[in-house]
Amino acid sequence: MASEVLAKPQMRGLLARRLRIHMVGAFLVSLGVAALYKFAVAEPRKKAYADFYKNYSPEKDFEEMKKAGIFRSIK
Amino acid sequence: MLSRAAWILMLRKGGRGRREMHSPEAPARGEGKMPPYANWYAQRSYPMPEEPFCTELSAEQQALKEKEKGSWTQLSHAEKVALYRLQYHQTFAEMNRRSNEWKTVMGCVFFFCGFTALLIWWQRVYVYPPKPITLTDEWKAQQLQRMLDMKVNPVHGLASHWDYEKKEWKK
Repeated sequence: MASEVLAKPQMRGLLARRLRIHMVGAFLVSLGVAALYKFAVAEPRKKAYADFYKNYSPEKDFEEMKKAGIFRSIK
Repeated sequence: MLSRAAWILMLRKGGRGRREMHSPEAPARGEGKMPPYANWYAQRSYPMPEEPFCTELSAEQQALKEKEKGSWTQLSHAEKVALYRLQYHQTFAEMNRRSNEWKTVMGCVFFFCGFTALLIWWQRVYVYPPKPITLTDEWKAQQLQRMLDMKVNPVHGLASHWDYEKKEWKK
């Protein structure tokens, strides 16, 4: 048995404290994940498509495909 | 749960002496009920067995049991331990001790996985029919060339990795 007296531990409000911490944490984590997805996945994807179509010419593409011989109705 | 081999070893080593002292089972049945079906068996999920471990007590042990009916403050530490050992087969530390059974289990699992691999290999060599024409290398090369000509997935996918000027894969 300890000879000195221990401090009285926290007796009340434990669940409320836990809920507060986790509420804030969950909010921050979900915001963080959403931001991460937007800037790591969504924005690069949009940029890739924009870059692809900036100098895209469907006629040129069609001529290349026709020359490669994949069409059945056009030679 | 200990494996059967470990249990047999344990019974041979230390259990034999105690077993003679407690079980009133008829000897004609051999050793009587084995744990975990014996009435004195306890485990972490079933900690209060039906019967005490030792039911046939010597005179000295009976005297101790009489003393137990009085005030427990008069019992010495050794007597309390002796009473515990009469009542229970093992302490919680003893019954919950870890074992090496997992090594045997994992070894047998891997062994049979390997055996199954041998069976599947034999099956591949002697049972499977020849590959269809679409899986031959020549056909697959022609298929890939056609996909590149069609510019499949030109933004992120297959055709985006092909350099159409140099006619090779992009580095």
